[in-house]
Amino acid sequence: MSTQTLYDKLWNSHLVRQEADGTALIYIDRHLVHEVTSPQAFEGLRLAGRKPWRIGSMLAVADHNVPTAGRAQGIADPISRLQVETLDSNCDALGITEFKMSDLRQGIVHVIGPEQGATLPGMTVVCGDSHTSTHGAFAALAFGIGTSEVEHVMATQCLLMKKARAMQVLVEGTLGKGVTAKDIALAVIGKIGTAGGTGFAIEFAGSTIRRLSMEGRMTLCNMAIEAGARAGMIAVDDTTIGYLKGRPFAPQGEMWDKAVAHWRTLTSDAGAQFDQVVRLDAAVIKPQVTWGTSPEMVVAVDGRVPDPANMADPVKRHDAERALHYMGLQANTLIVDINIDKVFIGSCTNARIEDLRAAAAVARGKRIAANVKLAMVVPGSGLVKQQAEQEGLDRIFAAAGFEWRDPGCSMCLAMNDDRLEAGERCASTSNRNFEGRQGPGGRTHLVSPEMAAAAAIAGHFVDVSAI
Amino acid sequence: MQKFTMLDGVVVPLDRANVDTDAIIPKQFLKSIKRSGFGPNAFDEWRYLDHGEPGMDNARRPLNPDFVLNLPRYQGAQILLARENFGCGSSREHAPWALGDYGFRAIIAPSFADIFFNNCFKNGLLPIRLDAEKVDALFKAVEATPGYRLKVDLEQQSITAPDGTVYRFEVEAFRKHCLLNGLDDIGLTLQHVDEIKAYEARHCAEQPWLCA
Repeated sequence: MSTQTLYDKLWNSHLVRQEADGTALIYIDRHLVHEVTSPQAFEGLRLAGRKPWRIGSMLAVADHNVPTAGRAQGIADPISRLQVETLDSNCDALGITEFKMSDLRQGIVHVIGPEQGATLPGMTVVCGDSHTSTHGAFAALAFGIGTSEVEHVMATQCLLMKKARAMQVLVEGTLGKGVTAKDIALAVIGKIGTAGGTGFAIEFAGSTIRRLSMEGRMTLCNMAIEAGARAGMIAVDDTTIGYLKGRPFAPQGEMWDKAVAHWRTLTSDAGAQFDQVVRLDAAVIKPQVTWGTSPEMVVAVDGRVPDPANMADPVKRHDAERALHYMGLQANTLIVDINIDKVFIGSCTNARIEDLRAAAAVARGKRIAANVKLAMVVPGSGLVKQQAEQEGLDRIFAAAGFEWRDPGCSMCLAMNDDRLEAGERCASTSNRNFEGRQGPGGRTHLVSPEMAAAAAIAGHFVDVSAI
Repeated sequence: MQKFTMLDGVVVPLDRANVDTDAIIPKQFLKSIKRSGFGPNAFDEWRYLDHGEPGMDNARRPLNPDFVLNLPRYQGAQILLARENFGCGSSREHAPWALGDYGFRAIIAPSFADIFFNNCFKNGLLPIRLDAEKVDALFKAVEATPGYRLKVDLEQQSITAPDGTVYRFEVEAFRKHCLLNGLDDIGLTLQHVDEIKAYEARHCAEQPWLCA
């Protein structure tokens, strides 16, 4: 094998052994743990009389169930509280590093890993959470696993898996005004579909990707799973290395220099072959808005809600009809004519400092529309929150009528008290518009932070590229 | 893990694409710290007319009479027939736990999301990929025939329909072996402890910053 993709390099360097049918044992460097998908794994380990293989590989945080307001009073729901306490007691008993709810470093698992430098290039990173693909932005092989696999990694530091096929998503050119990494992600999903990446590991490449910040790259890799790909990744460059320098878990001094020399090799070789290549022209991507109940049901903000009658595939037509019914939308409605009830700016997709700056820039000096019942900003971590407050973003949001909350997954999946009521329509910077995702009967439209902030001000979707 | 060898079961058709794991088991039930008891809440938002929360007596909740799982002819179904990209979304293993707890042992669809597909095998649940046209033919047959059953033979990798039609399916050799014998992955992997330790020693020597 003369030329290798980045995925080949990451895979080969973690291969412990391989069976005749291609099933491989892959070594895991970093295991991130949260409260929802770990309790049964800890219990399984205990019942089998096993101990975690390498405690130092683990980093734990509660994020899904945590309240985003009144945190000092603890968690009101006893079932949620028990789940968080179970994580605390498991971590305490085994000596696993955990950022507890009161810790400034607490936050969404996919925000804190990179923020702490616990995610490094060349690593394999797993977590019992599908959005683990986020960490691939650092040229890591990162993917979500189920609870049985969480237990497997704890017990063996390895996973059994087969190599995926390699897809390259090439984005070239300059993004237009108000067009973000979120819009690239939604445009890719719109193009290949939510199953387009099934069975693939996606590498995002091209001049547009090179110019994205680490925050933007994380947004893009985060959404790889919404295209069906367990892993998304981006090659190392100066942006990657600049972001990691000085982070608490990153190597220091001489070790840093050695690491950087190795990290520089974590790119696809020139001429490396991919099983599939998808090309996008950045210049034609417009701000995106989803209209249905799957992320592939997406159009540009200057478009209209599609008409199922024009869809040839009967399964697609049927699903589109059902989605429009659930969403309470009429075919052919202009996207900018859709009024909203709530706005959610947050989630592992879009709750980093750059996202909050972008939303604040739109909200500055404005006021949320009268028809918007709630607009909330939920920072991705305590450190993001602190940074935003140092920059005065919290005051901009508050003056505009947004609520400024404590960090967590919040209304991305509504496991805590933050949720939509039935029939409410939300402009959300999260990653899934599934039925009931943000609350039973809730209607989610996925957008970028800029688009969400602009919708909050106008009370309906607006084209931020035209402001 | 429960073995899977042969199955002769009633088939229930769930005729929609991209059924996500939020639909299979809504988030409020993920607060449980147990592995069992999710069956009554499988497809909760479609299956009941009220809003479900943990701790409710599900037997007393109003059922949605239009939802396919609630139709009398499909009671006791062990085989779920589904469309493209079944199990997309979240990695929650609560989805296969809920389907298994409900009584399903096999799911037939043209395609599955990767993480869900993987999670099924860890729980004695067999996900079977068949061509979209074959799945479409099965949908028509199931809907036209009350009490429609299929025979699934994992050893032979075959599905036999009542009219004698045999559908062959693919399954990875290692997964098949584990499922046929009900083997625990962790036990199998730990047979290779020496290889893992040797790899780890080499890996941590080469990139010590990964093992700090």
